[in-house]
Amino acid sequence: MMSKIKATNDFVVLFANINGSGSASANNLFAKAVFNLGVPVSAKNIFPSNIQGLPTWFEVRVSEKGYLGRREGYDFMVATNGQTLDKDYNELATGGYFFYDSSRLLPEHLKRNDITEIGIPLTKICNENYTNPRLRQIFKNIIYIGALAYLFDMDFSVFENSIKIQFAKKAKLIEPNINALRLGYDYAKEYYSNTCELNIHRRDLVGDKIMVEGNAATGLGAVFAGVTVAGWYPITPSTSVIEAFEKYCHKFRVDEKSGKNKFAIVQAEDELAAIGIVIGAAWNGARSFTATSGPGLSLMSEFLGLAYFAEVPVFLVDIQRSGPSTGMPTRTQQSDVLPGAYASHGDTKHVLLFPNSPKECFDMTVEGMDLSERLQTPVIMMSDLDLGMNTHMSEPFEWDDNYQWDRGKVLDYEGLEAKKERWGRYLDVDGDGIPYRTIPGAHPTKGAFFTRGSSHDEYAIYTEDGKIYEKGMIRLLKKWDTAKTLVPQAIINDSHNVIGLIYFGTSSFAAKEAEDILNSHDVPTDEMRIRAFPFGKEVEDFVKSHKTIFVVEQNRDAQMKSLLVNELQVDPNVLNAVLNIDGMPITAQFIADEILKVIK
Amino acid sequence: MSYIKSNFRHPQAKVNELGLTKKDYEGSLSTLCAGCGHDSITAAIVQAFFEMNIEPHKVVKTSGIGCSSKTPTYYLSKAHGFNTVHGRMPSVTTGANMANRNMQYIGVSGDGDTASIGMGQFAHVVRRNLNMIYIVMNNGCYGLTKGQDSATADIGSAGKKGVPNQFSAIDLCQLSLQLGAGYVARSFSGDKNQLVPLIQGAIEHKGFAFIDVISPCVTFNNTPTSTKGYEYVRDHLDATGTIDFVPHRQELKILHPEGTSKEVTLHDGSKLLLKKNSHDYDLSSKREAMNVIETVAEEKKILTGLIYLNEDDHDTHVRINSVDESLNALPQDQVCPGSIVMDDLNESFR
Repeated sequence: MMSKIKATNDFVVLFANINGSGSASANNLFAKAVFNLGVPVSAKNIFPSNIQGLPTWFEVRVSEKGYLGRREGYDFMVATNGQTLDKDYNELATGGYFFYDSSRLLPEHLKRNDITEIGIPLTKICNENYTNPRLRQIFKNIIYIGALAYLFDMDFSVFENSIKIQFAKKAKLIEPNINALRLGYDYAKEYYSNTCELNIHRRDLVGDKIMVEGNAATGLGAVFAGVTVAGWYPITPSTSVIEAFEKYCHKFRVDEKSGKNKFAIVQAEDELAAIGIVIGAAWNGARSFTATSGPGLSLMSEFLGLAYFAEVPVFLVDIQRSGPSTGMPTRTQQSDVLPGAYASHGDTKHVLLFPNSPKECFDMTVEGMDLSERLQTPVIMMSDLDLGMNTHMSEPFEWDDNYQWDRGKVLDYEGLEAKKERWGRYLDVDGDGIPYRTIPGAHPTKGAFFTRGSSHDEYAIYTEDGKIYEKGMIRLLKKWDTAKTLVPQAIINDSHNVIGLIYFGTSSFAAKEAEDILNSHDVPTDEMRIRAFPFGKEVEDFVKSHKTIFVVEQNRDAQMKSLLVNELQVDPNVLNAVLNIDGMPITAQFIADEILKVIK
Repeated sequence: MSYIKSNFRHPQAKVNELGLTKKDYEGSLSTLCAGCGHDSITAAIVQAFFEMNIEPHKVVKTSGIGCSSKTPTYYLSKAHGFNTVHGRMPSVTTGANMANRNMQYIGVSGDGDTASIGMGQFAHVVRRNLNMIYIVMNNGCYGLTKGQDSATADIGSAGKKGVPNQFSAIDLCQLSLQLGAGYVARSFSGDKNQLVPLIQGAIEHKGFAFIDVISPCVTFNNTPTSTKGYEYVRDHLDATGTIDFVPHRQELKILHPEGTSKEVTLHDGSKLLLKKNSHDYDLSSKREAMNVIETVAEEKKILTGLIYLNEDDHDTHVRINSVDESLNALPQDQVCPGSIVMDDLNESFR
């Protein structure tokens, strides 16, 4: 007798679809329903670099324990794509459930005795109920969601509510969608009662959390941060950052009287121009940003060097994807750490921020904008495809009206008037390595200077005097030291264990879960989640106080480990790399296995 | 040449309406080669802004990389300037202009900076119709790297190295016409009488104003075999006509023989007074302008003067519907939605 997987609120569903068929929104409807039932959920859209017709998958992990990382193994498969049927069939876990469109029989060679097949004639039901081919396609997705609602014993009213909210502005679509859900629900009820032993039952575990993509949070953060100028060039997976920014600008930034925009968004000819626009706008006193991905970061390198050396604030968002070159453009990775940290020729270093949740994307966009102006240098927020494009359960956004942006050291008309000594654009008067800047047009006779990427003295005058050049470069290092005291600190949990775990960004979800697995093997660990580069003293202390450290990251070359070794002068032998590079979000089991391999 | 700029100020130096002398529009001493055409363009820029009574600090000067791009330090020292990276002046100027639409933007570039490495950015800043003056100091060669041919060098033209150029020349006026510039002109660094009013017209033009200025490189491309040397250019000039710029508050005092001159009134009421010679065509016709450039080129001559003018085109800000105020001056309470919207926002993600 085959044993079925039995679980409540703890399993993984994989949807196998064809891209461009509207499946992603249906699958999101399912994930949102789990969330609305008060059960923690994470959704990963594993899509191709293509618009229509290629295989696409969507993973939904339901986890009462609150694990938001990816988990290997599929307990329930929704197979709607003939192209990948064999693969999907064989990948299902023993004891799992194979849900397929039984309008056609499964091929003879697909035979497994260790799984439960659930055939629902989706195409047939659609053809009987709809005449329009487009509706047949779209509702096919909704019908299988309805069937899942029954099979997982979910409260149907949650789906009804979601549909009502989703189509609030297109009310006539509400009824047909609910009917489609019903068709699936009723069919499953009639033919597959008591078949599936996976359940999703209501809990109260999500509190006031929200479900949102990191890119939407970033775009929204830019609105609150006061960005008025954005230059950009479309590139997956960063495009939706600017799209969100534009959407919320139209919502919050249109002048009521004139109907005109309190923002300027310029779709540039390439990433070089995009960052050039940001530099020009920031130099001229506006808050400005752009978003890109690896190939764009490469193109922006020359300009980043200019901004570093000429000390122009830049806020750049890098939504990392799998490289090198075009790589796997729709798969995630954390492989721009070194290229971001040292972008551009000559001696350059840039401030990096590593968010790990939509809330942090929002907060770090605001903070990053402040830092770029305070430090007068590029600040790059290193998000990734997983965080940016997938919906994540997150703390809600917050805003404190007492908070004032930090525009940094800017001398306006009054400031220039009050200045008794000669003002020098690159003069370190406060001893923190950060000089005072002026904005064009501020004063008729004072404060004008010529900004250049060529070597300059403290008064912005061109010089080829090596000593003066050297003095300027050393001052930039002093500014770098100041940056160490201003960037977000690492989050550390130190109980004086022998083993320390270091992670950042989207590796955090899986790493947190891996700690629990390791504990169950009697391997207790301390943890540090790095949130910024340059590393603060707390990072150095953590590294130096652990004999064995594992640095978890999603790239081939252990880039964060290299950065730690390079910047902190620590013994490289202490640091072990745990590396996931297949483009899929890293899993807890993988991390735990890699660590256990080394220490056992 | 001397390396110390004189501080001497003539007590009776002419002042403009702002009470400023021409010296207030100058910059530091040029370090270009003696006789370089670029210095004459610098002088024309100084004179144009002086005569137009523009507050120097309300101007933003930008440039790319190369000999030409050094010049912004030689004019308007009270204005902020930005010497960007090679070929990327247009994007930086775009960003600056987006941040504050209420300043005057003048970008200078060279033929290498514009027609080669910066071709992409040039094309797109024209398309956007950014409100700026774009001057190319065009000498047909790369001066700062010692005389290689540039993409505007004519086929068969040979500079100091003596090897005739084998590749087609890019005509930047034709290109900007095609891409939608509203103000297209060409001039010669040796013709200040023509260049100054052309710059003044460009200052008044609301939108992209392009001036291609043939500016001989005395060191590497002033040979008898070069089509961008002083002698050749002087011998082959063919002007669309003479031009005077008349500011809007000033009465028309410049008289031309009746029937031969034409007035073009700019948006603010200023006038461009054009005395036509052989080329009498409709300045607002892109097709006719293109035709004249080609015709003159076939005669192995260089067409100069105002070539095309379309004042009705909207600049970038109008096209993207941005507010009249400078975006860089909007206070936090005007651009940050504040906590009041947060509950609704969060609810939209549940």
